[in-house]
Amino acid sequence: MTQDVGLDPAASPARPTEVRRLDRVVIRFAGDSGDGMQLTGDRFTSEAAAFGNDLATLPNFPAEIRAPQGTLPGVSSFQLHFADYDILTPGDRPDVLVAMNPAALKSNLGDLPQGGTLIVNTDEFTRRNLTKVGYDRNPLEDDSLSAYTVHKVPMASLTLGAVSETGLSKKDAERAKNMFALGLLSWMYHRPTEGTEGFLREKFARKPEIAEANVLAFRAGWNYGETTESFAVTYEVAPAELPTGTYRQITGNTALAYGLVAAGQQAKLPVFLGSYPITPASDVLHELARHKNFGVTTFQAEDEIAGIGAALGASFGGALGVTTTSGPGVALKSETIGLAVMTEMPLVVCDIQRGGPSTGLPTKTEQADLLQAMFGRNGEAPVPIVAPCSPADCFDAALEAARIALTYRTPVFLLSDGYIANGSEPWLIPDVEQLPDLTVEFATEPNAPDGSGEFWPYLRDQETLARPWAVPGTPGLEHRVGGLEKADGKGNISYDPDNHDRMVRLRQAKIDGIAVPDVVVDDPTADAEVLALGWGSTFGPIGAACRRVRRLGMKIAQAHVRHLNPLPANLGEVLGRYRRVVVPEMNLGQFAWLLRARYLVDVVSHTKVAGLPFKAEELQGVFTEIIKGAAA
Amino acid sequence: MTAIDLGLPTIAGLAGVPTVSDSDVPQKAKDFKSDQEVRWCPGCGDYAVLAAMQGFLPELGLRRENIVFVSGIGCSSRFPYYMNTYGMHSIHGRAPAIATGLSVARPDLSVWVITGDGDALSIGGNHLMHALRRNVNLKILLFNNRIYGLTKGQYSPTSEVGKVTKSTPMGSLDHPFNPVSLALGAEATFVARALDSDRKQLTEVLRAAAQHRGTALVEIYQNCPIFNDGAFDVLKEPGERERRIIPLRSGEPIRFGAEGEYGVVRDPATGSLQVRKVAEVGEDALVTHDAALDDPSYAFALSRLGGQDLEHTVTGVFRAVSRTSYDDLARSQVQQAHEDRGADLAALLRGRDTWTVS
Ligand code: SF4
Repeated sequence: MTQDVGLDPAASPARPTEVRRLDRVVIRFAGDSGDGMQLTGDRFTSEAAAFGNDLATLPNFPAEIRAPQGTLPGVSSFQLHFADYDILTPGDRPDVLVAMNPAALKSNLGDLPQGGTLIVNTDEFTRRNLTKVGYDRNPLEDDSLSAYTVHKVPMASLTLGAVSETGLSKKDAERAKNMFALGLLSWMYHRPTEGTEGFLREKFARKPEIAEANVLAFRAGWNYGETTESFAVTYEVAPAELPTGTYRQITGNTALAYGLVAAGQQAKLPVFLGSYPITPASDVLHELARHKNFGVTTFQAEDEIAGIGAALGASFGGALGVTTTSGPGVALKSETIGLAVMTEMPLVVCDIQRGGPSTGLPTKTEQADLLQAMFGRNGEAPVPIVAPCSPADCFDAALEAARIALTYRTPVFLLSDGYIANGSEPWLIPDVEQLPDLTVEFATEPNAPDGSGEFWPYLRDQETLARPWAVPGTPGLEHRVGGLEKADGKGNISYDPDNHDRMVRLRQAKIDGIAVPDVVVDDPTADAEVLALGWGSTFGPIGAACRRVRRLGMKIAQAHVRHLNPLPANLGEVLGRYRRVVVPEMNLGQFAWLLRARYLVDVVSHTKVAGLPFKAEELQGVFTEIIKGAAA
Repeated sequence: MTAIDLGLPTIAGLAGVPTVSDSDVPQKAKDFKSDQEVRWCPGCGDYAVLAAMQGFLPELGLRRENIVFVSGIGCSSRFPYYMNTYGMHSIHGRAPAIATGLSVARPDLSVWVITGDGDALSIGGNHLMHALRRNVNLKILLFNNRIYGLTKGQYSPTSEVGKVTKSTPMGSLDHPFNPVSLALGAEATFVARALDSDRKQLTEVLRAAAQHRGTALVEIYQNCPIFNDGAFDVLKEPGERERRIIPLRSGEPIRFGAEGEYGVVRDPATGSLQVRKVAEVGEDALVTHDAALDDPSYAFALSRLGGQDLEHTVTGVFRAVSRTSYDDLARSQVQQAHEDRGADLAALLRGRDTWTVS
């Protein structure tokens, strides 16, 4: 564990339950996808949140619902970083690895630094299971793990013993072993337990004996730590000093769904979500389906195209139309996005990016849809793009995407990704009174400038260039929209060459003219020569790397772009201030490409497409090299 | 996963769509004509359908601003531009999906979908079948000219096998759809067919469709004089039409022919329907049409009476049954949730597990 605080090196490790204080810990739970690692991680996260730590999480699971048991592809893990100060990432490497079977050990051990703590469920280390993942010998029985502090715990059998009174079958009883692990870790880190017990009783309310078994296993894990002597030390991580206020823990997808609900409330419009299930976006659909009481309609369509089509139809009717998807779904929706560009109607398109191309890596993260969002349509079809930078930020990004869509009557992309969608962090719950006012005014009167009493659906607002939103049911404003080019102003079909040229430019000017806030630069010494510039979910790793670089006495500035289209007005000037600009992205340099094209600045593109977020350590190395190079 | 009884009473016809009041100036056909010049080819069957629609809407008595036409892509899909109502000319095949969102969002609208054989059955087949299955409150007019007109004459999913077109110089290979059979297979609650040239029956069918709550599919045989001229001529020629067209009238025996000499009977052995001479089988053997029959196999059997060769063509309302529409159900869930739980945004954001930093 790094940065121990109050560690007394003279303390005898044999003395039971010495308490050490740490400022941060990274724990990774790893097991078979049937072992309930995501639930275990979620619960530990809730405990950490309830305790007041700052935290960040990284779930990592296979695309298969149940890959063959005990195999390497079937390993599912959940990493959690919690600390007594504000942290930015789920941590590069775990301090503690909980491995529920040989596959989990094998696929995760490489990330555990020397001296790290390893807690192993020994019951699964049978000859058969070892062979399945290619272990010739049992690593628990030779010296291959000597670099780590290893705790061998027969979790399955201890769980069986603890829950025997429930009379459950062996299979069902053993399932509770993840709660044994959670109990043990909860004891090690002095976590509150009431929340978890309450959660289990509620989750399995309809199967009381299962609930009981889980609670018993959880307690058995706790007691195991307390009563056996194998654990000599426990750890405390004090609550974090965060800005004052009331907090909750939230994942990106939940925050996004809440942001959409809030947008409807703030706009005083019904929200219509048209969506088709797709990883990793489905949770937004699930979450919104639970909040119909806010005037939210969720329509699970027959396909991606129908999802966005229905959303656009609802927008035509005066609702806030929303569709949620991932990259492959965006490809299918492109034509309808083009129609929304042409008909100039509000629409929020949420792309929770995942590894591509094609089906790619459905459960892994990537930022490779930026250029698809930017350009992936026929014709000149500009679409604004907003990208949240963290799980909680998805809430604000949803409101911002809705603001732009409603104000400028345009489809808007919200580019989240699997990392922040599934990851969670504490969220300072916003004051509803302080949320932006998104009220819109529908057209109610004829508007023809010639006083003819006609309604001109393409007569633009001088400031925003938005066209009026006249919804069916409004007498006197009957009009037709569609995908064919429209005459400027009147909105009838027009094949006039000059009109088309004018309309293409007007649509572009409308998007280019969207008011977006300036990008803010964090440059503590105000004289850094290198700027680290990112967008979307790389905010955490870039920020953490900048902190490390600065701790080493070097200077680096950080800026993060939230509006990818249009870009902030001051961005060109900001880029010009630094000798080098480094742009880390989880793609092959798409944002760097845009920056070069737009500003003729030769940014340094650092890219990685491994399905996982950047490690702060890796970026620290990259930044350090560039700083040295810039100084040379 | 459990299924629950949604328990919503069936809502009738056009309930909720505002009508013109007695004090308003009575609507006329020309009130529904937009200022746009109609640009179909001379003699195109689409003109007749447009005229029938504009002629019949005043009698429906709905407020013009509460009527919306949504179309896909194709010749007939220009229809909304010619109607002085709200309208959207959308993208190829997607009109039923777009109209679904509109219909769910707005119970106060009468929403019509204008589509063609290529638009509805080829590129948009998926949306059509799901709209029908869901029973969204939409009136879908499927203009079937058995050809691609706008792209200048390729065969369509309703073209007869062996059709020689620019894309099939040696004759088309694929077996065509029978749109009425297709709709019935998707458990559509209202299915009808009419000819562009028969204004009276077309109007009757449109009227029944407009009053139907749920998805109404109306197949309209429409002549394309440019690329598939005369496709339905045998159904229009005096002498031929009488023995080919089998008109349906609910509650009446199915009987046709210049002298009423033909009728439809049920084969007791197979349950299928057959055309027979009345003189041979006797009047009592004729099937009495009942569009409200819940079992769709009867309407399906009717739809199989005519072949692609138009030896016989059944027209009128095949099926009109009552099933709660999707949009009514969707709105009732939203309303119920609101009544039960209100809309406390602050409470939602707070959730259950919070902690305070002071
Ligand atoms: S091509 Fe055929 S269907 Fe199209 S407008 Fe001309 S006649 Fe009508």
